[in-house]
Amino acid sequence: MFRTWRQKITMTDIMVWIIGLSIAVVVIWGTISTLQSGKYSAASWFDLVIKGLALGGVYALIAMGYTLVYGILRMINFAHSEVFMSGPFTAVFLANALQSNGFLSRQPLLGMLAITLLSMAVSMSVAILVERVAYRPLRNAPRLVPLITAIGASFFLQYTFRGFYGSGFEAYPTIEALNGYWRIGAIPLFKTQAVVIIAAVVMMFLLYAIVMWSKLGKAMRAVSEDKEAAALMGIDVDAIIVFTFALGGAAAGAGGILYILQFPVVHFYMGFIPGLKAFTAAVLGGIGNVPGAFLGAMVLGLLESVGPNLFLDGLGIPVASQLKDAIAFIILVFILIFRPSGILGERLSQTKV
Amino acid sequence: MQNQYTDWKQALRSGLLGGAITVLLSLIGIVTAFSNTYIVNKVISFGELLIVGPIAALSLVAIQKARARHPGLLILTAIISGLTSGLVILALAGLGQVINLRAMFLNASNDLYAIYAYKQALVPGLLLRLLVSGLVGALVAGFTLLPGRIKAAISQGLLYVILVGLMGRLIGTVLNTWGFVAILFKWMFVANSLSPIGAIFLFLLTGGLAYWRYGRPKTKQITDPKKQKLVRWGTLGGFGLLLIFLPNILGMWFSEILDNVGLFILMGLGLNIVVGFAGLLDLGYVAFYAIGAYTIGVLTSPELGFFNLTFWQAFPIALIMAFLAGVLLGLPILKMRGDYLAIVTLGFGEIIRILVLSDWLKPWLGGTQGIQRIQRPVVGIGEFSITLQSQQQLYYLILAGIVLVAFVAVRLRDSRLGRTWMALREDEDVAVAMGINHVATKLTAFAMGALFSGIGGTLFAAKIGSIYPSSFQFLVSINILSLIIVGGMGSIPGVFVGALALMGLPELMREFAEYRYLFYGAALVAMMLTKPEGLWPEARHRLEFHEEETPPPEESEAVPESA
Amino acid sequence: MDNILVSKKVTKRFGGLEALGKVDLELKKGAIQSIIGPNGAGKTTFFNCVTGFYTPEEGEILFNGRNITGMSPDRVTHLGISRTYQNIRLFKNMTAIENILVGMHPHLKSWLIGAIIRDPRTVHEEAEALKEAYRLLEYVGLKGRGDMLAKNLPYGEQRRLEIARALASRPKLLLLDEPTAGMNPSETQDMVHFIQRLRDELGITILIIEHQMRVVMSISEKITVLDFGRKIAEGTAKEIQTNPTVIEAYLGRGAASGLGETAAKG
Ligand SMILES: Nc1ncnc2c1ncn2[C@@H]1O[C@H](COP(=O)(O)OP(=O)(O)OP(=O)(O)O)[C@@H](O)[C@H]1O
Ligand SMILES: [Mg+2]
Repeated sequence: MFRTWRQKITMTDIMVWIIGLSIAVVVIWGTISTLQSGKYSAASWFDLVIKGLALGGVYALIAMGYTLVYGILRMINFAHSEVFMSGPFTAVFLANALQSNGFLSRQPLLGMLAITLLSMAVSMSVAILVERVAYRPLRNAPRLVPLITAIGASFFLQYTFRGFYGSGFEAYPTIEALNGYWRIGAIPLFKTQAVVIIAAVVMMFLLYAIVMWSKLGKAMRAVSEDKEAAALMGIDVDAIIVFTFALGGAAAGAGGILYILQFPVVHFYMGFIPGLKAFTAAVLGGIGNVPGAFLGAMVLGLLESVGPNLFLDGLGIPVASQLKDAIAFIILVFILIFRPSGILGERLSQTKV
Repeated sequence: MQNQYTDWKQALRSGLLGGAITVLLSLIGIVTAFSNTYIVNKVISFGELLIVGPIAALSLVAIQKARARHPGLLILTAIISGLTSGLVILALAGLGQVINLRAMFLNASNDLYAIYAYKQALVPGLLLRLLVSGLVGALVAGFTLLPGRIKAAISQGLLYVILVGLMGRLIGTVLNTWGFVAILFKWMFVANSLSPIGAIFLFLLTGGLAYWRYGRPKTKQITDPKKQKLVRWGTLGGFGLLLIFLPNILGMWFSEILDNVGLFILMGLGLNIVVGFAGLLDLGYVAFYAIGAYTIGVLTSPELGFFNLTFWQAFPIALIMAFLAGVLLGLPILKMRGDYLAIVTLGFGEIIRILVLSDWLKPWLGGTQGIQRIQRPVVGIGEFSITLQSQQQLYYLILAGIVLVAFVAVRLRDSRLGRTWMALREDEDVAVAMGINHVATKLTAFAMGALFSGIGGTLFAAKIGSIYPSSFQFLVSINILSLIIVGGMGSIPGVFVGALALMGLPELMREFAEYRYLFYGAALVAMMLTKPEGLWPEARHRLEFHEEETPPPEESEAVPESA
Repeated sequence: MDNILVSKKVTKRFGGLEALGKVDLELKKGAIQSIIGPNGAGKTTFFNCVTGFYTPEEGEILFNGRNITGMSPDRVTHLGISRTYQNIRLFKNMTAIENILVGMHPHLKSWLIGAIIRDPRTVHEEAEALKEAYRLLEYVGLKGRGDMLAKNLPYGEQRRLEIARALASRPKLLLLDEPTAGMNPSETQDMVHFIQRLRDELGITILIIEHQMRVVMSISEKITVLDFGRKIAEGTAKEIQTNPTVIEAYLGRGAASGLGETAAKG
């Protein structure tokens, strides 16, 4: 056994392990010195954790789009970040209209529902449109082709929405009902964050239920197993693919509203970074795997929120939170190197010869 | 009955789609933005073309999809399609009168409706629009019924009028510096666009040419190898001379553009090795560009004052840094599947940008303030040395860089290494089973790409003299990728064509600059859908992407086509 | 030491499925041997284990006495094993000659610097390689087809080109996975002669997976029969034809194959 192991190992692996180990050492070092310094209280750690979970909830909903589409078409829908952007960027106009006629403060629940539904509808339509125009004609093309198309579609959408609504920032109105916090013992829990986490969990569960137990969901899984076989069994593969995009789009639209509850400003470029993070989350959990996406997103949200303070602060890095995105991307790089199947994903079987 | 019913539906659907596209373009804002960019002065603007174009294109689709063959029915189909499009446009204008669309869509303005209505009073103007839409359909239908030869003549004539009209500004600027030619052509151009007479002249000229050439064999092939060689060297030499004198011919303003385009050509050649030759989609190409530029900056800027090297002392160090970064990043990730690789490289690019921006590294890299007063390169010895400072001087440095990189790229393509890359791109498993070490092979491509990107970065630093993190965004990677794709993946001349088309044109036509990325996005999608091999494909790729269309073996010896 | 390839108790599993179970096989130097078995018996999987595509969970594979279990495919090729594929896997968009040149990879040296500066050694090496590639092309009967894209060649020629590519690495052991699949009787006959020529003229040891019984019986000195990943019989053509277990394996599942008839007649 040792022999075969020896034969498989290469210079590359050694290099990678050395890099990985040194990063691990830095992280542990940083963590220990942060904790020793006692700069942060338990309450502030709690605060960061909640913040991270709320962020994770948003990533989870966006990650659904990547995971579902990847499961079925084995392609990264690069334009999904724009699917995510389109919903909240459009719904801001409804939100402002509802705010200015006072509806939002009179009926915050109904108002938010309307805004969320609009956001979901727009994101869903954009997702379906992208599939129809950019991906469907390329089902059997070489791998790089749909990926490049997706990048093109992503830019086209960004600048289309920029053309529609302008290149400036649009602010969402604040929802008075969500201002302030509840108290758990001595620790304050912000209402927005609590609502976001609960909503994300509920929606993720709904999505899971749809994928696992609904008829369409079952057909979806059949298609992702084997397209030809599914078609032979009388499943309309095209319709299922559209449904997949629609579901992912709707989730992203909903995620968009949870996002603006935390960062109430929208603009045409807002999809890029969350999209990339959500993709990271999907990969972290095991792309193609719904619970995996949720788990991955939560872990990523936590790391991003707690990480800079925990790992980097102790090393004396100023304004460590500037590096939070870098943490996310480094995680992405290392997962793809060490465990491309993600936390919950099964290993892709060896290539068939 | 059934046939006609589906034709009806098809016509309606095409019409709706055509109208939708026009409305989309209007709401994005390009119709308004180009409403004063005339193709033919005061007669037809580019904005108008953007309204009419989709309508015409979709009525063409309606005709092509129609089952009916009777000319009258075809014309009717096209008219219905055109009218439907017109109605969609009217609907937008009407809606705009009832509710304030502008609260949401910036461009749903009265200006737009005025353009729709030909700047007339709204109601009669819009009716005119409807009429014109139907007429466009009818004209398209009439066009399709013409004999092939006339069709070819008309389409070529129109194409040239549109192209020349669009580039009127550019042509005007060049002509103005060339007095005697300007006198010749003055009557053709008015205020940066074609004059009506000029347009008719051009249309007749190019259309007539197409009419005359139709059905004739293409220009004779030179078969004598000696002559062939002579012609090749002749064109190369002429082209070289032209390149050398280009900045003097075109002047200051153009030199700046030339430099920018040149930098992108240089980087495109490098990325082409990675993406085109080896098939590795690298979306973090900008990272190495940044590494090259920042190394030069840190080493030479007296403002930071760490090393105070000269440009040429720092240059090799910068290249080594870029190359090493390529190797270090490449080693672990090149085992990954293609799409994962794309995302990881993208992530790497972002990491570099975030680090450069951070306060943490600010003492060394300058943070948001960037690095100023980077040393310019000095060439020559002793008394005869000059500091390359103006855009015209730097042009030669960039040109030299391009020549070097292009040379290396050509050599690599035609070598064992090039073959190995191609084999890996085609079928990785089998290539490995042929004894190819895939990590080492890909790494070579990746690191060469990184090196060239690094060269681009150093030249960029030399050209600008100061660098800021904002110059190293993800968009740069996308720019370069787009130009490779548009030119033709793996094609070296394609890089030049792509760079001229995607970098040059937007610089020349400032109105376009605003919609640059919209255009890039659309170009990438359209290219992949219709012409994945690019504008100037490498000979082999021409065959690669169109499997069904490859001729059977017997006919593959190319015979000059004669239709 | 006249066995060029020895496999000892090689086992390969895919999830719950045991594609190969404790397969022992010995291949004499200079022999032509065959592996047969019904569909899904594990024949191709065995090839994949030998060439390093798969790592067997248990067992050992020795090549010229050297343990190559789990070695990466490129290193296995460097040692002198090369193969063809059941479903032809040429580099479709490369020309026939380029396909062969890629096959020569293990014997060429030029790399980055050589490619750029084109020193005399590189130029010489490339010229020699090209010459040899044309020679190989002619050897497999594809003279004049060098500049055609592989995908434009007719089916039979693609099979030959794949063999030429495999030969280009100058293997000591050649593994052919169903070289006559999809060929008509006369093409099959040509291929059989060609394979014998390879052994006789080049002295290469050959292991064939084959479905057509006539082919197997006519050229192999020894035949190994796999079924459900297990070796169920081994011996000369005669012995196999009359082996009841083999007949059972083929007929029991009703697999339409020449073996039933041949065996019944024999
Ligand atoms: N990569 C893989 N993943 C999962 N199962 C596999 C894989 N490769 C082969 N198998 C399975 O292993 C078994 C043996 O397959 P193999 O291809 O070796 O059969 P074979 O004898 O070559 O059959 P055939 O005559 O059809 O070529 C089959 O059941 C096949 O489905
Ligand atoms: Mg097989």
